[in-house]
Amino acid sequence: MQLAQVIGEVVATIKDENLVGTKLLIVQPIAASGEPAGRALVALDSVGAGVGEHVFFVRGREAAFPFYPAEPPTDAAIIGIVDHWDLG
Amino acid sequence: MQIARVVGTVVSTQKNRKLEGAKLLLVQPMSLEGTPRGTALLAIDAVGAGVGEQVLVVIEGKAAGDALGRKAAAVDAAVIGIVDTVDYRDSE
Repeated sequence: MQLAQVIGEVVATIKDENLVGTKLLIVQPIAASGEPAGRALVALDSVGAGVGEHVFFVRGREAAFPFYPAEPPTDAAIIGIVDHWDLG
Repeated sequence: MQIARVVGTVVSTQKNRKLEGAKLLLVQPMSLEGTPRGTALLAIDAVGAGVGEQVLVVIEGKAAGDALGRKAAAVDAAVIGIVDTVDYRDSE
């Protein structure tokens, strides 16, 4: 799992039927310092996140788990909205 | 998922049985700014995309297999959406 900031959204009318009704958000992974780290990607939203929010997301086949029993074909999913994080 | 542009189609007559009937597209991953990023790759088409279209690509085996509708298919990427619009702002 990784920290990220939601920086945008994608609209796709024609999509896999298991993606109908889902929200596609663009997330920019961030380092613990809050700086952007790596390339932005598109993730399925499972928590009602919005643009500008800090979130955490999961990659891989586990990204479909939040939508069980549906099995959307996704490789990334937002699974939490971050209230705050602290560095020790 | 990655935003990509369909840059070509691939025809293969002799292929793994699980891939029979699947449409293969050559897709070029793009940055949000619209510049090519990395190497073009082959993806199964699950939505009827065509050359020149901006699409969403999953690069993960299970998701690609689900998009193809077949279990244990030897695929690792699939086009699962055609992009209408992309709205984003710089994270800084």
